[in-house]
Amino acid sequence: MLRYALLRLLGAIPTLLLVIILAFLMVHAAPGGPFDDERALPAGVAANIEAVYHLDEPLPQQFLRYFSGLLQGDFGPSYRYRDYTVSELIAVGLPVSLQLGALAMLLALIVGVSSGTLAALRQDSMLDRVVMSFAMTGISIPVFVIAPVLILLLAVKLHWLPAGWSGAAGAAKYVLPVITLALPQIAYIARLTRASMIDILGRDFIRTARAQGLGTKAIIRVHALKPAMLPVLSYMGPAIAAILTGSVVVEQVFGIPGLGAAFVRGALNRDYTLVLGIVILYAALIILLNLIVDILYGVIDPRVRQR
Amino acid sequence: MRWSAAILLFVLLLAIVAPWLSPHDFQNTNFNAILQSPGLSDGRFFGTDEFGRDLFVRTMLGIRITLLVAVVASLVSLVIGVTYGAVAGYIGGRVDAVMMRLVDTLYALPFIFFVILLMVAFERNFFLIFVAIGAINWLDMARIVRGQTLSLREREFVEAARLTGVSTVRIIFRHIAPNLLGIVVVYVTLSVPQAILVESFLSFLGLGVQEPQTSLGALVNAGVKQMEGASWMLLIPAALLALILMCFNFLGDALRDFFDARHVR
Repeated sequence: MLRYALLRLLGAIPTLLLVIILAFLMVHAAPGGPFDDERALPAGVAANIEAVYHLDEPLPQQFLRYFSGLLQGDFGPSYRYRDYTVSELIAVGLPVSLQLGALAMLLALIVGVSSGTLAALRQDSMLDRVVMSFAMTGISIPVFVIAPVLILLLAVKLHWLPAGWSGAAGAAKYVLPVITLALPQIAYIARLTRASMIDILGRDFIRTARAQGLGTKAIIRVHALKPAMLPVLSYMGPAIAAILTGSVVVEQVFGIPGLGAAFVRGALNRDYTLVLGIVILYAALIILLNLIVDILYGVIDPRVRQR
Repeated sequence: MRWSAAILLFVLLLAIVAPWLSPHDFQNTNFNAILQSPGLSDGRFFGTDEFGRDLFVRTMLGIRITLLVAVVASLVSLVIGVTYGAVAGYIGGRVDAVMMRLVDTLYALPFIFFVILLMVAFERNFFLIFVAIGAINWLDMARIVRGQTLSLREREFVEAARLTGVSTVRIIFRHIAPNLLGIVVVYVTLSVPQAILVESFLSFLGLGVQEPQTSLGALVNAGVKQMEGASWMLLIPAALLALILMCFNFLGDALRDFFDARHVR
């Protein structure tokens, strides 16, 4: 098992390196510099700025400087917020985003798995149809449509929940953003759980368990849930990526000062280093979480470790 | 499935024809007609926005651009995906292993963020949007096509072609590719809504289509800013976007059940 985990870890490192190099090159291949504006700067001023940010060095040297900074957790200076480093901007936004993402994932797993299991147990019933048509709708409607429509309905019209982040008190401000982020994932997970649960419940070992007089609850809990969770577990990777993408929209719409909001602001301001830093951080997060999912997969399913 | 196809066809025709028939223009501002609610009089079916521009015409234009981006991006992903998958599947062995390992690696990456990075670094132009979205979506296609090719290359007609000395490139494009048609059609249908999602996501954030051009994502974004006073600005494009996405998903699912036997439950 330890060997399996180590192998996975070794596999993740080149991926991360590839990401960093690719992202760095993309930014530096851009025509024009980060300080090009409508008004051209005097030559001396431009040269001074370039020297301050080490933009006058050859590309490989710039990369090594950036990379060794990254290893120490230093993402370099922000090009637009002159008084801040990218690391400081990230440190402000990351905790909020992680909180939101973790809550949304938890909610998606709980609701998705239980509704998918219920639908599988009562296949073709009314409940099954309701769950599945809800799931199809949830998959089709993008987060940036769900978010404003929920705000319009629950916050602006009905005044049940706060629409924004700042000024709203306590846990209430979390409700709408977390639900919005979780909805599409609930839909996917419910569909996946239903399909694999139906498959597992048709297997011989379940029939044997039934023949021995085991009740439905015990069969689900002891025998069916673990194998049925494997497809859901392998969906966790894409789900994490989707929640990160969704958090960009949700933070924008609800005015949450998280990483996604900083990312969009950086993109609209053309703050190269901020955007580069956040892309690398997102990629690292996704790779790390995928690694954890992979290892968990090995824990649950011993067959995977043999390969 | 018939309903999905009919609705899509209707929306497409409407989007193409309606802007010509309407007396209004998509970019002329009219400060005497700001934020009018939808009504049947004077052809303002969807009302006007905060600049007095006619939203019916703008929405139709948005649908056009959204669909155009989606279809072109899907074609880009089709070309890349089919070529990559067919080559990997046909050559097989170590080449296949390396090529598919790369696809697995790319799968884990947050592509959308790379696209935004590209948008920041380069001028935001239309062409880049097509290519970027196409470059995201080819991974699924490559996987599916490779699987299909693996079984096709063992068939007699491919063997016969190889024995008569047809070149590898010609076998891949003349003998393998045409036999992938059914499954490719299915996955193109399924990749169109993916492309629509990416395009409208970018436009929603203000990183995609630029004013005065518009797309459904950009219209939803404009609607969010006005939703307290003028909820139609949000609800109409949002509903249309959801409708189009849902139809494509239903259509794709139905086609998949038809063509791809492995997926039938």
